[in-house]
Amino acid sequence: MGLAKRIIPCLDVENGRVVKGVNFVDIRDAGDPVEIAIRYNEQGADEITFLDITASHEGRETTVHTVEKIAEEVFIPLTVGGGIRTVQDIRTMLNAGADKVSINTAAIHNPELVRESAGRFGSQCIVVAIDAKRVADVDGAPRWEIFTHGGRKPTGIDAVAWAVRMAELGAGEILLTSMDRDGTKNGFELGVTRAITDAVEIPVIASGGVGNLDHLVDGIVLGGADAVLAASIFHFGEYTVPEAKAYMAARGIEVRL
Amino acid sequence: MSGVVAVIDYGMGNLHSVASALAHAGAEEVVVTHDAELIRKADRVVFPGVGAIRDCMAEIRRLKCDELLTDALVARHKPVLAICVGMQALMSHSQENGGVPCLDMIPGEVRYFGNPLVDENGERLKVPHMGWNEVRQVRPHPLWQGIPDLTRFYFVHSYYVDAVERDLVAGSVQYGATADAALARDNLFAVQFHPEKSHTAGLRLLRNFLEWNGQC
Repeated sequence: MGLAKRIIPCLDVENGRVVKGVNFVDIRDAGDPVEIAIRYNEQGADEITFLDITASHEGRETTVHTVEKIAEEVFIPLTVGGGIRTVQDIRTMLNAGADKVSINTAAIHNPELVRESAGRFGSQCIVVAIDAKRVADVDGAPRWEIFTHGGRKPTGIDAVAWAVRMAELGAGEILLTSMDRDGTKNGFELGVTRAITDAVEIPVIASGGVGNLDHLVDGIVLGGADAVLAASIFHFGEYTVPEAKAYMAARGIEVRL
Repeated sequence: MSGVVAVIDYGMGNLHSVASALAHAGAEEVVVTHDAELIRKADRVVFPGVGAIRDCMAEIRRLKCDELLTDALVARHKPVLAICVGMQALMSHSQENGGVPCLDMIPGEVRYFGNPLVDENGERLKVPHMGWNEVRQVRPHPLWQGIPDLTRFYFVHSYYVDAVERDLVAGSVQYGATADAALARDNLFAVQFHPEKSHTAGLRLLRNFLEWNGQC
């Protein structure tokens, strides 16, 4: 027995409400983030991730107040992302009660932010979020590229090489989202998950596309992920966190029960 | 009765979660401070820590938190709980940041997990050690009360404590190496994991600390 694989419900928050769209559009309301975070904490979630999904293209500050309220009630690790651009943004979120911050677009514009913030606050609280999309194969091998702006804008950056570089700069964890799969319920993009987990020494969270409990199992067993993140299967009551853990445990995955 | 709990704040990261978990666990009053007078007046002391050891040690020394800690531990014999980098800071020396001398209150080294790190079956292990791992209660202690052996606690660290005096080890964790997860000596209890992030088991450990008279 050893370290458990983690199940992380994700709250995609817009204007103070939890929402979840299909491929980042067609947004559905799923409720109050504080109430939902408390529910997942009680269900035995291993961590909670809070993403301000509109922050990066509308320049909105993530709701510090909501993070403070969650941190007062929830005694498991909390990651906050969306619109984190500067060392000061990171400090603000850590002071509000976040245990980790997730840096996405800002790392692309300014990779030194990862080095500087890891040096200042420690790698353990710096998560680099990678939004990857499959692009044309190169010499018959699959290739994934980083996209920004909710999957609309290509950057030309190879996702696997980027993950390696982020780890070298001091990221403590990678949050990998497949933009082809996010919101589709078709399961993780296992090719890019496996490529990145094999390429880096730091933990990788698989995200994007979970529609059933087999997808969670596949992310761990086939993708090699250290943690799996899901939103809508939990928000809309299709599955509870304990059901997910029992299912994974029955398939030989070590979880915290 | 918990009395007043002082959480020593030397400016390295967020201590609200420690404070709110202590309040949730039943603390009558929690102060987050580096004010010497408040710490001297407190009934029990929490010494937390996050971030890189070099910066932590610099701030601990600059704000004279080491003297406050010694005062609480030795002169006043208060119950003290050290958490994560707070535990590491108590040791003689850390390998982090190219090697940093620490407080040397407990003889021992803070070692890097190693890269690559593998488990007993040769499977690769990620560094940092991040997530919920089982803590083996090497010996009984009032802070383990009501917590079953091998309960999982939340860890996040790349360096681990290896105390010289093995009879001080109260809990251990397996992650490639056997790491000291908890040390206990007189009125001091130190943990590598984060009780404030370890859900019901963590809150129970904090409640045990609040009810502890500092004897073991």
